[in-house]
Amino acid sequence: MTRWLDAPLLTIDHLSMRFGGLVAVDDLSFAVGRGDITALIGPNGAGKTTVFNCVTGFYKPSTGRLALARAGTAEPADIDALTRSGKREAGELFLLERMPGHEIASRARVARTFQNIRLFQGMTVLENLVVAQHNALMRASLMTFGGLVGLPSYAIAEAAAVEKATNWLSRIALLERADDPAGALPYGDQRRLEIARAMCADPVLLCLDEPAAGLNPRESADLNELLLSIRESDGVSLLLIEHDMSVVMKISDHVVVLDYGRKISDGGPAEVREDPAVIAAYLGVADEDEAERIAAGAPP
Amino acid sequence: MTAPLLSMRGVETRYGNILALRGVDIDVEPGEIVAMIGANGAGKSTVMMTVFGDPRASAGSITFDGRDITRMATHEIARLGLAQSPEGRRVFARMSVRENLRMGAAVNGSAHYAEDLEKMFAIFPRLKERADQRGGTLSGGEQQMLAIARALMSRPRLLMLDEPSLGLAPLVVKLIFDVIADLNKRQGLTVFLVEQNAYHALRLAHRAYVLVNGAVSMQGAGRDLLARPEIRAAYLEGGH
Amino acid sequence: MPEAAKPGAGALAALKDAGGAALVAAALSFPIVALATVEDINQKLVLEQRWSWVVGAAAMVFVGRLATRAPGAAVVARWALFALAAVVAAYFVSASLDIDADWPAPLILAVIVGAAGFAALALSAPFSAASAARAKQRALRADLAARAGLLRFAGLAALVIFPLFALWLLGPQGSLKWINNYGIQILIYVMLGWGLNIVVGLAGLLDLGYVAFYAVGAYTYALLSTTYGWSFWICLPLAGIFAACWGILLGVPVLRLRGDYLAIVTLGFGEIIRVVLINWSDLTNGYAGVSSIPRVTFFGVPFIDDDSGFAARFGLEFSPIHRTIFLFYLILALALLTNAATLRLRRLPIGRAWEALREDEIACRSLGINTVNTKLTAFALGAGFAGFAGAFFAVRQNFVSPESFTFPESATILAIVVLGGMGSQLGVAAAAFALIGGMEMLRELDFLKQIFGDGFDPAQYRMLVFGLAMVTMMIWKPRGVVSSRAPSIFLKTRAAVSGDHVGEGRG
Repeated sequence: MTRWLDAPLLTIDHLSMRFGGLVAVDDLSFAVGRGDITALIGPNGAGKTTVFNCVTGFYKPSTGRLALARAGTAEPADIDALTRSGKREAGELFLLERMPGHEIASRARVARTFQNIRLFQGMTVLENLVVAQHNALMRASLMTFGGLVGLPSYAIAEAAAVEKATNWLSRIALLERADDPAGALPYGDQRRLEIARAMCADPVLLCLDEPAAGLNPRESADLNELLLSIRESDGVSLLLIEHDMSVVMKISDHVVVLDYGRKISDGGPAEVREDPAVIAAYLGVADEDEAERIAAGAPP
Repeated sequence: MTAPLLSMRGVETRYGNILALRGVDIDVEPGEIVAMIGANGAGKSTVMMTVFGDPRASAGSITFDGRDITRMATHEIARLGLAQSPEGRRVFARMSVRENLRMGAAVNGSAHYAEDLEKMFAIFPRLKERADQRGGTLSGGEQQMLAIARALMSRPRLLMLDEPSLGLAPLVVKLIFDVIADLNKRQGLTVFLVEQNAYHALRLAHRAYVLVNGAVSMQGAGRDLLARPEIRAAYLEGGH
Repeated sequence: MPEAAKPGAGALAALKDAGGAALVAAALSFPIVALATVEDINQKLVLEQRWSWVVGAAAMVFVGRLATRAPGAAVVARWALFALAAVVAAYFVSASLDIDADWPAPLILAVIVGAAGFAALALSAPFSAASAARAKQRALRADLAARAGLLRFAGLAALVIFPLFALWLLGPQGSLKWINNYGIQILIYVMLGWGLNIVVGLAGLLDLGYVAFYAVGAYTYALLSTTYGWSFWICLPLAGIFAACWGILLGVPVLRLRGDYLAIVTLGFGEIIRVVLINWSDLTNGYAGVSSIPRVTFFGVPFIDDDSGFAARFGLEFSPIHRTIFLFYLILALALLTNAATLRLRRLPIGRAWEALREDEIACRSLGINTVNTKLTAFALGAGFAGFAGAFFAVRQNFVSPESFTFPESATILAIVVLGGMGSQLGVAAAAFALIGGMEMLRELDFLKQIFGDGFDPAQYRMLVFGLAMVTMMIWKPRGVVSSRAPSIFLKTRAAVSGDHVGEGRG
């Protein structure tokens, strides 16, 4: 049942994050399995988003280690060797806590979405997806100079970027709205677009902060399919924060539960759902018809 | 027949050239919990915002307690006893939790401030733990609790909640719906809420409206709507 | 009956609101305007009371505010009220200046103002009708884009013909003023506006010290040419590069700040450069400035009355207008270069990253965009274009001094960008024409002396007109002349993005 511990993609060791006197994350360790959908759940204010912000470089952790093995297997010994060497990366292995945010995205290839959707509202849907391919396009334009003189190789790269964006737009059923401003889309569409934008940055790990918030059950079901297809056909691992149990219990392979910054449960979805500590702190005791609904996989 | 507390008649709202609401009729009777459900983009939040005059209705009329508030300034509407927990939370990020709650109480002259503050802390113990933290440092779900508590602090005659369950843990969602039901039963608080979580909302509400493409397509008692197959198919069940 | 009460209540509310605004205006103008110290016949300072000014200010605000808040927003009523505000203004200006004004004269002026407003409104009506249909008909959008293209082409053609046309129409003497004061002067600001537009409009970095880079460019040419005798054509690129380097140098520490803090620090840096220019007198000659800067040559051929001069070489009769016309085409070319570079960059990853930065910096970082470098390139490029413009300024004036690079200069350039609509090239150009052309035009309004008397100098009211333009914009077009944004890439239709969605940037 603990297959995520074999050659994990991301290993979080003793992560702590303090803000002044406030301890938001307290000595947290868990692994994100390669090719898994890992859910991070817990009560409001348990520190889930803080963990995300540490993984994606928006916060510098107070203490702890975040080792990401982009490909292949990283033995604990390799990670320890890199830690001692004082460097940020060695081959495919990265120590995220030592890297600035934009390099975590561009080099370690971790992409994310935000709880309160952060699209480029005044840019079109297509532009949003093209901006996400910034670093690849920047190289193709020879750091702008090649593009400025109209190098044909840049035009080819841009056409490929548009092609990729178009593919994603048809996958999220937004192709018709490619030339409309992102800010004009309805909420559910904006959520999907943000996921597509993160995917256009070519991640190995996609971190989603409450992707189903504000979605109705039908949209949540569509989201499930999208996330499963990202794992299956794009081979991207997912780490998600979510309160919608219909999403968490249906699609995740591995659930980590936080409360007050500490891990209170860690295991497969079925295992975690039965955990008395999780029921007490987070899920609550369901009343009759609700229990029935949760058992059926519908929203709580 | 009592007069409705809030009444919208033929309300149209535009964003530029786009007609977001196409003639909405809604009544909220005193002491009622009324829910509005609908897909994303149907215009639910626009209904909420239009009641508060931002954006203004381009046609139709809105009355609150018999007074025409269609053209009234937003702050004046709030003074009449309407409180809103808006979409996107909008807590005062640089003010402490306590100060945020104080701002909520300011509308009614803060006479019951101390008493109400204790009440809010009893409902949301998490806010008490965070009382002196800045609003902006709270987690998303905590901000949601704060926004609802801030709205309640004004002792509103009509409480308007835009997706109160958004981003909240299952336990807290249950808690909030219980609190709303309790306030309604004991103090006769009138509530108008917009929800994506149709199941909870319909179970809670006395009456509900279904909004489709900026117009009311169905209305009825919450439990009746919950039983209708078309509602179940469209808003309660996932999949196709 | 709430329905029946509505219009009346609306009018009452508008009256109340306007009354409140008038009170505020009266209270604000009281300490500044009501009392003035003047010398009497015995050369003693006495207090003069100017209550009529206060009343006038309050009345103007009252009527103006009423016009903006008029219920129903009837166009005719609005313009009638604005005309009335203009009459009140004109009356009090003339009264306060102790000018014997015939009452009909201000009235005529008011009618002119009102009519101009009407005309503007009437002209804009078809455009707004078109924009209403735009949402529905994509074909019309393409048509509008084509029309905008036509407008651009016509504008460019007019600019190219302008100096020759002026020369043909008015002769060498008469055309000098038009080509120099209007043509060159405006084009300098168009170029500066376009340069700053990269920083403020695209990248969303509020820079209040832009004039510093203009100064760096001007002094680069001034000093290199007077000290080492380097030619303008060598110094021009150097000035751009040098200013860009300064942009990077100042940008590195500054660009970590955001929003208001960035604005204040850039303002400070702008002043520091000016103060250094004043005090490092060994190098810059301080307040006195650098004079006798070599004039521009026709790629090496000087504009002099000599056999080796431009006129003789090309078989023309010598006239100083040749140089002016050459300067006109030079600044036109420089401005167009700025424009072309900006338009091109907008379609490259770097330009899209600038705009993305303006929209949401945090999202940019999450996509692997190095925000510090991206900001620096915008800052440096904007500075570089200011450097080009500065070198041009120096060669045109053949004199530079710190006087020319004060804060109001930065403010004017920023105002052009803001009025034009942040990010829009066409809008910025239009704003530069209106603002700089308008200020020059004030010098021409001699006929106003017949209305207000000989003591009236319209040029002294520049700032008033400037402020009026700003207030008018705030009311009608809070996002600038061109508030929409053209997407940098499209799949099927290039549809403008409404200004409502576009961010303004927080630094």
